[in-house]
Amino acid sequence: MAKKDRMSGNEAVAYAIKQINPDVMPVFPITPSTEIPQMVSNYIANGEVDTEFIPVESEHSSMSAAIGAEAAGARTLTATSSAGLALMWEELLLAASNRMPLALALVNRTLSGPININCDHTDSMGARDTGWIQIYAENNQEVYDNFIQAYPIAEHKDVHLPIMICQDGFITSHAVENIELMDDDVVKNFVGEYKPEEFLLNPGKPMSVGPYAISAYAMEARKNQEIALENAADVILNVGKEYEKISGRKYGFFEEYKTKDADYIMLIMGSAAGTAKEAVDELRAQGKKVGVLKLRVFRPFPAKEIAAALSRCKAVAIMDRCESYNGNGGPLGSEVTAALYRNKVMIDAVNYIYGLAGRDFTVENVFDIFAELDDAVTSGTEVEQYQYIGLRK
Amino acid sequence: MRTDVNKISETTPHQELTEGLMMFAAATSKGFKTGEWRTNTPVFLEEKCKQCLLCAPVCPDCSIPVKNGKHEEFDYDHCKGCGICAKVCPFGAIEMKEGR
Repeated sequence: MAKKDRMSGNEAVAYAIKQINPDVMPVFPITPSTEIPQMVSNYIANGEVDTEFIPVESEHSSMSAAIGAEAAGARTLTATSSAGLALMWEELLLAASNRMPLALALVNRTLSGPININCDHTDSMGARDTGWIQIYAENNQEVYDNFIQAYPIAEHKDVHLPIMICQDGFITSHAVENIELMDDDVVKNFVGEYKPEEFLLNPGKPMSVGPYAISAYAMEARKNQEIALENAADVILNVGKEYEKISGRKYGFFEEYKTKDADYIMLIMGSAAGTAKEAVDELRAQGKKVGVLKLRVFRPFPAKEIAAALSRCKAVAIMDRCESYNGNGGPLGSEVTAALYRNKVMIDAVNYIYGLAGRDFTVENVFDIFAELDDAVTSGTEVEQYQYIGLRK
Repeated sequence: MRTDVNKISETTPHQELTEGLMMFAAATSKGFKTGEWRTNTPVFLEEKCKQCLLCAPVCPDCSIPVKNGKHEEFDYDHCKGCGICAKVCPFGAIEMKEGR
Protein backbone atom coordinates (compact mmCIF):
# COMPACT_ATOMS: atom_id res chain seq x y z
CA MET A 1 0.00 0.00 0.00
CA ALA A 2 1.21 3.48 -0.86
CA LYS A 3 1.95 5.54 2.20
CA LYS A 4 1.10 9.22 2.77
CA ASP A 5 3.89 11.25 4.29
CA ARG A 6 5.38 14.75 4.20
CA MET A 7 8.83 15.35 2.84
CA SER A 8 11.11 17.89 1.20
CA GLY A 9 12.24 17.29 -2.38
CA ASN A 10 15.70 16.25 -1.18
CA GLU A 11 14.17 13.78 1.29
CA ALA A 12 11.96 12.42 -1.48
CA VAL A 13 14.92 11.77 -3.79
CA ALA A 14 16.98 10.24 -0.97
CA TYR A 15 14.01 8.00 -0.16
CA ALA A 16 13.71 6.90 -3.79
CA ILE A 17 17.45 6.14 -3.78
CA LYS A 18 16.98 4.05 -0.63
CA GLN A 19 14.19 2.09 -2.31
CA ILE A 20 16.25 1.52 -5.47
CA ASN A 21 19.44 0.70 -3.51
CA PRO A 22 21.90 1.52 -6.32
CA ASP A 23 25.41 0.06 -6.29
CA VAL A 24 27.70 3.09 -6.21
CA MET A 25 27.35 6.78 -5.27
CA PRO A 26 30.44 8.97 -5.67
CA VAL A 27 29.51 12.45 -4.52
CA PHE A 28 30.74 15.86 -3.40
CA PRO A 29 28.44 18.13 -1.36
CA ILE A 30 27.12 21.46 -2.61
CA THR A 31 24.14 23.59 -1.56
CA PRO A 32 21.25 22.93 -2.05
CA SER A 33 21.78 19.25 -2.99
CA THR A 34 24.00 18.37 0.01
CA GLU A 35 21.14 16.75 1.93
CA ILE A 36 20.78 14.01 -0.69
CA PRO A 37 24.20 12.38 -0.07
CA GLN A 38 23.88 13.21 3.62
CA MET A 39 20.60 11.29 3.89
CA VAL A 40 21.85 8.42 1.73
CA SER A 41 24.93 8.08 3.93
CA ASN A 42 22.58 7.87 6.92
CA TYR A 43 20.73 5.02 5.22
CA ILE A 44 24.06 3.31 4.58
CA ALA A 45 25.24 3.83 8.18
CA ASN A 46 21.96 2.37 9.42
CA GLY A 47 22.39 -0.68 7.20
CA GLU A 48 19.24 0.08 5.20
CA VAL A 49 21.07 0.05 1.86
CA ASP A 50 24.39 -1.40 0.75
CA THR A 51 25.31 1.33 -1.74
CA GLU A 52 29.07 1.95 -1.98
CA PHE A 53 29.45 5.61 -1.01
CA ILE A 54 32.59 7.30 -2.35
CA PRO A 55 33.39 10.71 -0.82
CA VAL A 56 35.49 12.42 -3.51
CA GLU A 57 37.42 15.68 -3.62
CA SER A 58 35.38 17.51 -6.27
CA GLU A 59 32.53 17.14 -8.73
CA HIS A 60 35.04 16.62 -11.52
CA SER A 61 35.98 13.51 -9.55
CA SER A 62 32.45 12.46 -8.62
CA MET A 63 31.35 12.34 -12.26
CA SER A 64 34.63 10.65 -13.28
CA ALA A 65 34.16 8.01 -10.59
CA ALA A 66 30.51 7.60 -11.57
CA ILE A 67 31.50 6.92 -15.18
CA GLY A 68 34.13 4.42 -14.01
CA ALA A 69 31.70 2.61 -11.73
CA GLU A 70 28.99 2.51 -14.36
CA ALA A 71 31.45 1.19 -16.97
CA ALA A 72 32.51 -1.48 -14.50
CA GLY A 73 28.92 -2.69 -14.41
CA ALA A 74 27.50 -0.98 -11.31
CA ARG A 75 24.23 0.95 -11.17
CA THR A 76 25.55 4.39 -10.28
CA LEU A 77 24.32 7.82 -9.33
CA THR A 78 25.55 11.13 -8.01
CA ALA A 79 23.97 14.42 -6.95
CA THR A 80 24.97 18.03 -7.40
CA SER A 81 23.94 21.65 -7.99
CA SER A 82 25.19 24.80 -9.71
CA ALA A 83 28.99 25.12 -9.76
CA GLY A 84 29.21 21.39 -9.05
CA LEU A 85 27.51 20.64 -12.34
CA ALA A 86 29.71 23.20 -14.08
CA LEU A 87 32.82 21.47 -12.75
CA MET A 88 31.49 18.18 -14.14
CA TRP A 89 31.07 19.61 -17.61
CA GLU A 90 33.81 17.67 -19.36
CA GLU A 91 32.68 14.39 -17.78
CA LEU A 92 29.01 15.01 -18.55
CA LEU A 93 29.88 14.77 -22.24
CA LEU A 94 31.93 11.62 -21.60
CA ALA A 95 29.13 9.94 -19.63
CA ALA A 96 26.83 10.47 -22.60
CA SER A 97 29.26 9.63 -25.41
CA ASN A 98 30.45 6.51 -23.57
CA ARG A 99 26.75 5.61 -23.30
CA MET A 100 26.68 5.25 -19.51
CA PRO A 101 23.12 5.02 -18.10
CA LEU A 102 23.93 6.67 -14.78
CA ALA A 103 21.62 8.99 -12.88
CA LEU A 104 22.25 12.49 -11.55
CA ALA A 105 19.98 14.05 -8.95
CA LEU A 106 20.28 17.73 -9.86
CA VAL A 107 18.98 20.38 -7.50
CA ASN A 108 18.79 23.45 -9.70
CA ARG A 109 20.71 26.47 -8.48
CA THR A 110 22.01 29.48 -10.31
CA LEU A 111 25.64 29.93 -11.29
CA SER A 112 27.85 32.90 -10.45
CA GLY A 113 27.87 35.72 -10.84
CA PRO A 114 26.81 37.58 -8.93
CA ILE A 115 27.46 34.88 -6.34
CA ASN A 116 24.11 33.49 -5.28
CA ILE A 117 22.86 30.15 -4.00
CA ASN A 118 19.19 30.32 -4.98
CA CYS A 119 17.13 28.66 -7.65
CA ASP A 120 17.13 29.13 -11.35
CA HIS A 121 17.89 26.80 -14.24
CA THR A 122 21.27 28.20 -15.30
CA ASP A 123 23.12 25.05 -14.23
CA SER A 124 21.12 22.42 -16.10
CA MET A 125 20.54 24.71 -19.09
CA GLY A 126 24.30 25.08 -19.37
CA ALA A 127 24.43 21.29 -19.68
CA ARG A 128 21.60 21.11 -22.19
CA ASP A 129 23.84 20.10 -25.08
CA THR A 130 25.90 17.48 -23.25
CA GLY A 131 23.80 14.54 -24.43
CA TRP A 132 21.98 13.86 -21.15
CA ILE A 133 18.29 13.19 -20.78
CA GLN A 134 16.79 15.97 -18.65
CA ILE A 135 13.53 15.64 -16.74
CA TYR A 136 12.12 18.44 -14.57
CA ALA A 137 9.71 18.34 -11.64
CA GLU A 138 7.15 20.78 -10.26
CA ASN A 139 7.19 19.43 -6.69
CA ASN A 140 8.48 16.75 -4.32
CA GLN A 141 6.02 14.12 -5.57
CA GLU A 142 7.15 14.56 -9.17
CA VAL A 143 10.84 14.45 -8.39
CA TYR A 144 10.28 11.25 -6.39
CA ASP A 145 8.32 9.72 -9.27
CA ASN A 146 10.83 10.92 -11.85
CA PHE A 147 13.73 9.43 -9.96
CA ILE A 148 12.08 6.02 -9.82
CA GLN A 149 11.58 6.18 -13.59
CA ALA A 150 15.18 7.29 -14.21
CA TYR A 151 16.93 3.92 -14.47
CA PRO A 152 14.25 2.14 -16.53
CA ILE A 153 14.60 4.98 -19.07
CA ALA A 154 18.40 5.34 -19.03
CA GLU A 155 19.18 1.62 -18.98
CA HIS A 156 16.78 0.73 -21.81
CA LYS A 157 18.70 -1.03 -24.60
CA ASP A 158 17.64 1.55 -27.20
CA VAL A 159 18.86 4.40 -25.01
CA HIS A 160 21.91 3.74 -22.78
CA LEU A 161 22.32 7.40 -21.91
CA PRO A 162 22.78 9.26 -18.62
CA ILE A 163 19.77 10.95 -17.08
CA MET A 164 19.45 14.13 -15.03
CA ILE A 165 16.48 14.33 -12.68
CA CYS A 166 16.03 18.02 -11.90
CA GLN A 167 14.19 19.80 -9.10
CA ASP A 168 14.16 23.47 -8.12
CA GLY A 169 16.68 24.36 -5.42
CA PHE A 170 15.14 25.28 -2.04
CA ILE A 171 11.65 25.84 -3.50
CA THR A 172 11.26 22.10 -4.09
CA SER A 173 14.38 20.66 -2.46
CA HIS A 174 13.80 22.18 0.99
CA ALA A 175 10.08 22.92 1.20
CA VAL A 176 8.13 20.14 2.93
CA GLU A 177 4.93 19.05 1.22
CA ASN A 178 2.61 16.08 1.26
CA ILE A 179 3.78 13.09 -0.73
CA GLU A 180 2.62 9.60 -1.55
CA LEU A 181 5.38 7.02 -1.25
CA MET A 182 5.22 3.61 -2.80
CA ASP A 183 6.13 0.36 -1.10
CA ASP A 184 9.76 -0.72 -1.32
CA ASP A 185 9.01 -3.96 -3.17
CA VAL A 186 6.82 -2.16 -5.74
CA VAL A 187 9.66 0.27 -6.47
CA LYS A 188 12.25 -2.53 -6.56
CA ASN A 189 10.14 -4.57 -8.97
CA PHE A 190 9.56 -1.55 -11.18
CA VAL A 191 13.23 -0.58 -11.39
CA GLY A 192 14.48 -4.18 -11.52
CA GLU A 193 17.98 -5.61 -11.22
CA TYR A 194 20.69 -3.96 -13.30
CA LYS A 195 22.05 -6.47 -15.79
CA PRO A 196 24.23 -4.66 -18.29
CA GLU A 197 25.00 -6.58 -21.46
CA GLU A 198 28.59 -5.34 -21.59
CA PHE A 199 30.70 -4.12 -18.68
CA LEU A 200 34.36 -3.94 -17.75
CA LEU A 201 34.43 -6.29 -14.74
CA ASN A 202 33.27 -9.22 -16.83
CA PRO A 203 35.85 -12.01 -16.67
CA GLY A 204 36.71 -13.58 -20.01
CA LYS A 205 34.95 -10.87 -21.98
CA PRO A 206 37.49 -8.09 -22.39
CA MET A 207 36.40 -4.70 -23.69
CA SER A 208 37.49 -1.10 -23.58
CA VAL A 209 35.36 1.99 -23.06
CA GLY A 210 35.95 5.49 -24.37
CA PRO A 211 38.64 4.86 -26.99
CA TYR A 212 40.21 7.59 -29.09
CA ALA A 213 38.37 7.95 -32.39
CA ILE A 214 40.04 9.36 -35.47
CA SER A 215 37.84 11.58 -37.61
CA ALA A 216 36.85 8.58 -39.73
CA TYR A 217 34.78 7.29 -36.76
CA ALA A 218 33.86 10.22 -34.51
CA MET A 219 31.08 11.67 -36.65
CA GLU A 220 29.32 8.30 -36.95
CA ALA A 221 29.57 7.82 -33.18
CA ARG A 222 27.90 11.22 -32.62
CA LYS A 223 25.08 10.34 -34.96
CA ASN A 224 24.49 7.08 -33.10
CA GLN A 225 24.42 8.98 -29.82
CA GLU A 226 21.90 11.43 -31.27
CA ILE A 227 19.69 8.53 -32.39
CA ALA A 228 19.81 7.10 -28.85
CA LEU A 229 18.58 10.42 -27.47
CA GLU A 230 15.73 10.44 -29.99
CA ASN A 231 14.93 6.84 -28.98
CA ALA A 232 14.61 8.02 -25.38
CA ALA A 233 11.39 9.84 -26.30
CA ASP A 234 9.33 6.67 -26.83
CA VAL A 235 10.99 4.97 -23.89
CA ILE A 236 10.09 7.90 -21.60
CA LEU A 237 6.44 7.63 -22.68
CA ASN A 238 6.36 3.85 -22.21
CA VAL A 239 8.03 3.97 -18.80
CA GLY A 240 5.53 6.72 -17.87
CA LYS A 241 2.63 4.43 -18.83
CA GLU A 242 4.04 1.55 -16.80
CA TYR A 243 4.58 3.89 -13.89
CA GLU A 244 0.99 5.05 -14.03
CA LYS A 245 -0.09 1.43 -13.52
CA ILE A 246 1.72 1.21 -10.18
CA SER A 247 1.26 4.79 -8.98
CA GLY A 248 -1.92 6.09 -10.59
CA ARG A 249 0.01 9.20 -11.61
CA LYS A 250 0.32 10.15 -15.27
CA TYR A 251 3.63 11.24 -16.81
CA GLY A 252 4.34 12.31 -20.39
CA PHE A 253 6.53 14.92 -22.09
CA PHE A 254 4.47 17.69 -20.51
CA GLU A 255 1.33 18.38 -18.56
CA GLU A 256 -1.46 20.37 -20.22
CA TYR A 257 -3.38 22.33 -17.60
CA LYS A 258 -6.65 23.82 -18.86
CA THR A 259 -5.14 24.28 -22.34
CA LYS A 260 -7.84 22.60 -24.42
CA ASP A 261 -9.84 25.74 -25.23
CA ALA A 262 -7.17 28.20 -24.11
CA ASP A 263 -6.48 31.34 -26.13
CA TYR A 264 -3.29 31.98 -24.18
CA ILE A 265 -0.88 29.42 -22.81
CA MET A 266 2.09 29.82 -20.52
CA LEU A 267 4.85 27.30 -21.22
CA ILE A 268 6.89 26.83 -18.07
CA MET A 269 9.15 24.31 -16.35
CA GLY A 270 9.71 23.40 -12.70
CA SER A 271 8.16 24.69 -9.48
CA ALA A 272 6.88 27.97 -10.97
CA ALA A 273 4.31 25.93 -12.91
CA GLY A 274 2.40 25.72 -9.61
CA THR A 275 2.24 29.51 -9.44
CA ALA A 276 1.11 29.67 -13.05
CA LYS A 277 -1.69 27.13 -12.40
CA GLU A 278 -2.87 29.10 -9.37
CA ALA A 279 -3.09 32.24 -11.52
CA VAL A 280 -4.85 30.32 -14.29
CA ASP A 281 -7.50 29.11 -11.82
CA GLU A 282 -8.19 32.69 -10.78
CA LEU A 283 -8.33 33.94 -14.37
CA ARG A 284 -10.58 31.04 -15.40
CA ALA A 285 -12.97 32.06 -12.59
CA GLN A 286 -13.15 35.45 -14.35
CA GLY A 287 -13.96 33.69 -17.62
CA LYS A 288 -10.56 34.10 -19.23
CA LYS A 289 -9.43 31.25 -21.47
CA VAL A 290 -5.89 30.62 -20.27
CA GLY A 291 -3.83 27.52 -19.57
CA VAL A 292 -0.40 26.18 -18.65
CA LEU A 293 1.84 23.80 -20.55
CA LYS A 294 4.27 22.47 -17.97
CA LEU A 295 7.27 20.96 -19.72
CA ARG A 296 8.64 17.87 -17.97
CA VAL A 297 11.02 16.44 -20.57
CA PHE A 298 13.49 18.99 -21.91
CA ARG A 299 15.95 16.46 -23.41
CA PRO A 300 15.00 14.91 -25.75
CA PHE A 301 13.12 18.05 -26.74
CA PRO A 302 9.54 17.17 -27.75
CA ALA A 303 9.37 19.85 -30.46
CA LYS A 304 6.59 18.34 -32.56
CA GLU A 305 4.38 17.60 -29.57
CA ILE A 306 4.85 21.09 -28.12
CA ALA A 307 3.99 22.68 -31.47
CA ALA A 308 0.86 20.54 -31.74
CA ALA A 309 -0.19 21.40 -28.18
CA LEU A 310 0.21 25.11 -28.89
CA SER A 311 -1.34 25.05 -32.36
CA ARG A 312 -4.85 25.91 -31.16
CA CYS A 313 -3.97 28.94 -29.01
CA LYS A 314 -3.51 32.56 -30.09
CA ALA A 315 -0.35 33.33 -28.15
CA VAL A 316 2.15 31.62 -25.89
CA ALA A 317 4.34 33.00 -23.13
CA ILE A 318 7.58 31.02 -23.11
CA MET A 319 9.07 31.19 -19.64
CA ASP A 320 12.82 30.87 -19.11
CA ARG A 321 14.34 30.67 -15.64
CA CYS A 322 17.72 31.25 -17.26
CA GLU A 323 19.45 33.92 -19.29
CA SER A 324 21.42 32.50 -22.18
CA TYR A 325 23.26 35.66 -23.22
CA ASN A 326 22.67 35.14 -26.90
CA GLY A 327 20.89 38.49 -27.25
CA ASN A 328 17.83 36.76 -28.64
CA GLY A 329 16.13 34.97 -25.73
CA GLY A 330 16.41 32.16 -23.23
CA PRO A 331 16.97 28.48 -24.06
CA LEU A 332 13.27 27.60 -24.07
CA GLY A 333 12.50 30.78 -26.01
CA SER A 334 14.91 29.73 -28.74
CA GLU A 335 13.89 26.08 -28.90
CA VAL A 336 10.14 26.52 -28.63
CA THR A 337 10.03 29.21 -31.33
CA ALA A 338 12.15 26.97 -33.56
CA ALA A 339 9.68 24.13 -32.90
CA LEU A 340 6.73 26.37 -33.79
CA TYR A 341 8.38 27.58 -36.99
CA ARG A 342 9.43 24.15 -38.20
CA ASN A 343 5.92 22.82 -37.61
CA LYS A 344 4.38 25.93 -39.20
CA VAL A 345 2.46 27.00 -36.10
CA MET A 346 2.52 30.77 -36.58
CA ILE A 347 1.25 32.13 -33.27
CA ASP A 348 2.55 35.01 -31.17
CA ALA A 349 5.33 33.72 -28.93
CA VAL A 350 6.77 36.03 -26.29
CA ASN A 351 9.81 34.96 -24.32
CA TYR A 352 9.94 36.03 -20.67
CA ILE A 353 12.94 35.65 -18.36
CA TYR A 354 11.77 35.20 -14.76
CA GLY A 355 12.89 34.11 -11.30
CA LEU A 356 16.64 34.45 -11.81
CA ALA A 357 18.77 33.64 -8.76
CA GLY A 358 15.74 32.96 -6.59
CA ARG A 359 13.69 36.06 -7.51
CA ASP A 360 10.07 35.35 -6.56
CA PHE A 361 7.70 34.57 -9.38
CA THR A 362 4.21 35.61 -8.36
CA VAL A 363 0.60 35.09 -9.38
CA GLU A 364 0.55 38.83 -10.23
CA ASN A 365 3.44 38.30 -12.66
CA VAL A 366 1.34 35.67 -14.43
CA PHE A 367 -1.68 38.04 -14.57
CA ASP A 368 0.55 40.72 -16.15
CA ILE A 369 1.88 38.29 -18.74
CA PHE A 370 -1.54 36.99 -19.79
CA ALA A 371 -2.83 40.59 -19.94
CA GLU A 372 0.07 41.52 -22.19
CA LEU A 373 -0.56 38.56 -24.52
CA ASP A 374 -4.25 39.50 -24.71
CA ASP A 375 -3.34 43.10 -25.48
CA ALA A 376 -1.03 42.01 -28.27
CA VAL A 377 -3.59 39.74 -29.89
CA THR A 378 -6.79 41.78 -29.46
CA SER A 379 -5.43 45.35 -29.79
CA GLY A 380 -2.37 44.64 -31.87
CA THR A 381 -0.13 46.27 -29.29
CA GLU A 382 3.51 45.68 -30.05
CA VAL A 383 5.09 43.58 -27.32
CA GLU A 384 8.78 43.24 -26.63
CA GLN A 385 9.42 39.68 -27.81
CA TYR A 386 12.17 38.92 -25.30
CA GLN A 387 11.87 40.58 -21.91
CA TYR A 388 12.40 40.26 -18.17
CA ILE A 389 9.44 39.91 -15.82
CA GLY A 390 9.67 41.14 -12.22
CA LEU A 391 12.62 43.40 -13.00
CA ARG A 392 12.94 46.79 -11.27
CA LYS A 393 12.80 49.46 -13.94
CA MET B 1 26.28 -5.52 -28.96
CA ARG B 2 29.51 -7.59 -28.92
CA THR B 3 30.88 -7.24 -32.43
CA ASP B 4 33.95 -8.55 -34.17
CA VAL B 5 35.74 -5.23 -34.34
CA ASN B 6 38.06 -6.54 -37.03
CA LYS B 7 35.09 -6.28 -39.37
CA ILE B 8 34.83 -2.57 -38.67
CA SER B 9 36.74 -0.24 -40.94
CA GLU B 10 36.73 3.35 -42.10
CA THR B 11 34.01 2.51 -44.59
CA THR B 12 31.60 0.96 -42.06
CA PRO B 13 28.25 2.82 -41.94
CA HIS B 14 27.29 4.34 -38.58
CA GLN B 15 24.57 1.76 -37.90
CA GLU B 16 27.19 -1.00 -37.76
CA LEU B 17 29.60 0.67 -35.33
CA THR B 18 29.57 -0.40 -31.67
CA GLU B 19 27.70 1.63 -29.07
CA GLY B 20 29.95 4.41 -27.78
CA LEU B 21 32.67 2.88 -29.99
CA MET B 22 33.26 0.26 -27.29
CA MET B 23 35.96 -2.21 -28.31
CA PHE B 24 35.46 -5.92 -27.77
CA ALA B 25 38.97 -7.13 -28.57
CA ALA B 26 42.55 -6.57 -27.51
CA ALA B 27 45.46 -4.96 -29.40
CA THR B 28 43.14 -3.21 -31.83
CA SER B 29 45.41 -0.17 -32.08
CA LYS B 30 47.38 -2.05 -34.75
CA GLY B 31 44.51 -1.68 -37.17
CA PHE B 32 43.82 1.92 -36.18
CA LYS B 33 46.01 4.10 -38.36
CA THR B 34 46.86 7.09 -36.22
CA GLY B 35 49.83 7.91 -38.46
CA GLU B 36 47.48 10.28 -40.29
CA TRP B 37 48.50 12.98 -37.80
CA ARG B 38 52.10 13.04 -39.01
CA THR B 39 53.46 16.26 -40.52
CA ASN B 40 57.17 15.28 -40.38
CA THR B 41 58.49 11.90 -41.40
CA PRO B 42 61.62 10.05 -40.30
CA VAL B 43 63.66 8.55 -43.12
CA PHE B 44 65.88 5.54 -42.35
CA LEU B 45 69.36 5.72 -43.91
CA GLU B 46 70.31 2.07 -43.61
CA GLU B 47 73.93 2.53 -44.76
CA LYS B 48 74.69 4.82 -41.78
CA CYS B 49 72.96 2.60 -39.20
CA LYS B 50 75.24 0.64 -36.83
CA GLN B 51 72.28 -1.27 -35.31
CA CYS B 52 72.93 0.20 -31.85
CA LEU B 53 69.10 0.24 -31.43
CA LEU B 54 69.04 3.32 -29.21
CA CYS B 55 66.13 4.53 -31.32
CA ALA B 56 63.67 1.66 -30.85
CA PRO B 57 63.00 1.96 -27.07
CA VAL B 58 62.54 5.76 -27.17
CA CYS B 59 59.83 5.68 -29.81
CA PRO B 60 56.58 6.61 -27.99
CA ASP B 61 54.49 4.72 -30.53
CA CYS B 62 56.55 1.51 -30.93
CA SER B 63 56.89 2.39 -34.59
CA ILE B 64 60.45 1.11 -35.01
CA PRO B 65 60.20 -2.64 -35.51
CA VAL B 66 63.27 -4.66 -34.54
CA LYS B 67 63.76 -8.13 -35.95
CA ASN B 68 66.77 -10.37 -35.30
CA GLY B 69 68.56 -7.45 -33.64
CA LYS B 70 68.04 -5.21 -36.64
CA HIS B 71 66.21 -1.95 -37.17
CA GLU B 72 63.54 -2.49 -39.82
CA GLU B 73 61.58 0.05 -41.85
CA PHE B 74 59.41 2.46 -39.79
CA ASP B 75 55.78 1.63 -39.12
CA TYR B 76 54.34 4.66 -40.87
CA ASP B 77 50.75 3.65 -40.04
CA HIS B 78 51.45 4.69 -36.44
CA CYS B 79 54.53 6.97 -36.50
CA LYS B 80 53.56 10.55 -35.52
CA GLY B 81 56.81 12.08 -36.73
CA CYS B 82 57.92 13.36 -33.33
CA GLY B 83 61.59 13.07 -34.29
CA ILE B 84 62.89 11.63 -31.00
CA CYS B 85 64.52 8.76 -32.89
CA ALA B 86 66.39 11.19 -35.14
CA LYS B 87 67.62 13.16 -32.10
CA VAL B 88 68.79 10.08 -30.25
CA CYS B 89 70.61 8.48 -33.20
CA PRO B 90 74.38 9.06 -32.74
CA PHE B 91 75.16 8.23 -36.40
CA GLY B 92 72.79 10.45 -38.32
CA ALA B 93 71.02 7.39 -39.68
CA ILE B 94 67.56 8.92 -39.25
CA GLU B 95 66.67 12.13 -41.04
CA MET B 96 63.48 14.08 -40.61
CA LYS B 97 61.72 15.16 -43.81
CA GLU B 98 58.83 17.58 -44.01
CA GLY B 99 55.42 16.13 -44.84
CA ARG B 100 53.98 12.63 -44.56
